[in-house]
Amino acid sequence: MSEQEVTYVTDEMRAAQGVWSEARMAPPITETDIRRWAMATHYPETPPRIYWDAEYAATTRWGGIVAPPDFNPFAWPVERPKGGSPGRAGQRPDGKPLTGMNGGQTDTYGVPMRPGDVISARTRLVDWNEREGRLGHTLYVRSEIEWRNQDGELVKTRMSIGIRY
Amino acid sequence: MTVSFEDIQIGDKLPTWSRKTSFAEWNRYAAVNEEFVPFHMDDEAGRRAGNEAGAFGMGNLRYAYIVNALREWIGDDAIVREVGCQYRAINQKDDVLTVTGEVTAKKAEDGENRVYLDINVVTQTGAPTCPGHAVVAL
Repeated sequence: MSEQEVTYVTDEMRAAQGVWSEARMAPPITETDIRRWAMATHYPETPPRIYWDAEYAATTRWGGIVAPPDFNPFAWPVERPKGGSPGRAGQRPDGKPLTGMNGGQTDTYGVPMRPGDVISARTRLVDWNEREGRLGHTLYVRSEIEWRNQDGELVKTRMSIGIRY
Repeated sequence: MTVSFEDIQIGDKLPTWSRKTSFAEWNRYAAVNEEFVPFHMDDEAGRRAGNEAGAFGMGNLRYAYIVNALREWIGDDAIVREVGCQYRAINQKDDVLTVTGEVTAKKAEDGENRVYLDINVVTQTGAPTCPGHAVVAL
């Protein structure tokens, strides 16, 4: 096999392209989840009151506490989801494991997440390309994630790039 | 600080928002995002992943800093509608990261007054790490 023919793309990836996964549910969001997220991402400063002060938050257009847009309700599931995320696709021909890095993302936001919300997510592999990079042969995988709340309202769509080398 | 759509001009700069980052910030983020990846926690693992200096920060935390900078600028009643960025450089230990932004357009669209920005997260030397864009609705 010549240099040009090296590929980390698998038949599983070709079969999965464009196909939405089953929806996955996050645990219900709590005020504590939101407060801790905001504290971690603002550390060592105090986070904005909209993320932790219910009395203040009631005076805003939202009428209550909302989560920061980047909040992830899917952290800490009791049961691990089965199957890998599409951004972690790919395989080296020699079978050695690939290293993954986050190449970037674009998130478009709908309604905010609030305490009590149960968010569901579905995901799909969009496309990919390969090239020789600083870290050797590298596979760039583009995947899409869609989040909706318990009322079916769109919370977020994310297009992300997984880097595999 | 809160801005109004009418007052914003193309070329306006986002007020800077900075954090020094090291294990104190990364570990807290790892805890809330359950992001316990060895190369974010351990210098040897960082070197094995190709970073001579050792462990390095999460792209997702820089993304959070962008969102935080936007929120501080637009206030609690406005909407962060879109944020996108590419992670082009590594966040090393003790980097002071600063979110920068510049208004590139303002439009009335889909019933909203939207402001478009180019965004980056730069280090203490001014090196850009994370070029991207954002859209807010005021």
